[in-house]
Amino acid sequence: MSNKEQQQEYAKKIKPLQPKPPYFINCLKAYLVGGLICVIGEALMKFYMTYFNFNEETAGNPTAATLILIAALLTGIGVYDKIGQFGGAGSAVPVTGFANAITSAALEHKSEGIVLGIATNLFKLAGAVIVFGAVSAYIFGMIRYAFKTLM
Amino acid sequence: MDYLWAFLVGGAICVVGQLLIDIFKLTPAHVTTSFVVLGALLDAFGIYDNLIKFAGAGATVPITSFGHNLLHGAMASAEDHGFIGIAMGIFELTSAGISSAILFGFLVALIFKPKG
Repeated sequence: MSNKEQQQEYAKKIKPLQPKPPYFINCLKAYLVGGLICVIGEALMKFYMTYFNFNEETAGNPTAATLILIAALLTGIGVYDKIGQFGGAGSAVPVTGFANAITSAALEHKSEGIVLGIATNLFKLAGAVIVFGAVSAYIFGMIRYAFKTLM
Repeated sequence: MDYLWAFLVGGAICVVGQLLIDIFKLTPAHVTTSFVVLGALLDAFGIYDNLIKFAGAGATVPITSFGHNLLHGAMASAEDHGFIGIAMGIFELTSAGISSAILFGFLVALIFKPKG
């Protein structure tokens, strides 16, 4: 008897017993939270464009940094977890979710020390994003560059 | 008007993520990683730039723009240095995001106490 078959059978058996997630409500919450974070980002972008001489293309950098600072502080005082429980993907998909993943992983392992706890675990959750981003950007970049030189 | 489009587009991207979590039972980590790859893919076809022009922060704040920036930096540096430039420029535009995430994450973890 293979283990995988048993697992699949079990998953089939319990399916009718599992509660269905409230799709619509969850999406509405995600929309509201995610949209609001983007509106805050838009306000920050406008702020940096008016007062700090950034243009539309470069203003994304200080905006991301500011949102990351806010999200890291909110994670530190325990507020971002509550936003995450309410907003689901709405709080995970924006760049603030990236900051939350980094900060919460570091906080969680604080008791193990500064080097082995905080610094080692900083990218425990968010590392996957950077790895997949860099690998895919490398591959797509190679393909696009090859096309460009051949054409 | 800019704010409205930022809200609508940014929220819509998050709804796609929420649907992936609810229907396909993906974890948030899987959603964010696939969104980064998706952002790089959309930029490879030149689509993401149009979305940014249209939606502003609605397109730059979601994590998809991280993939877009990675590829953008790589391509800009490939213009000058050829194939080697791809590796040189990959983190050029995302440097602000990554370094501030490291700095603030580290400082907050030093200062605050873990909850729960």
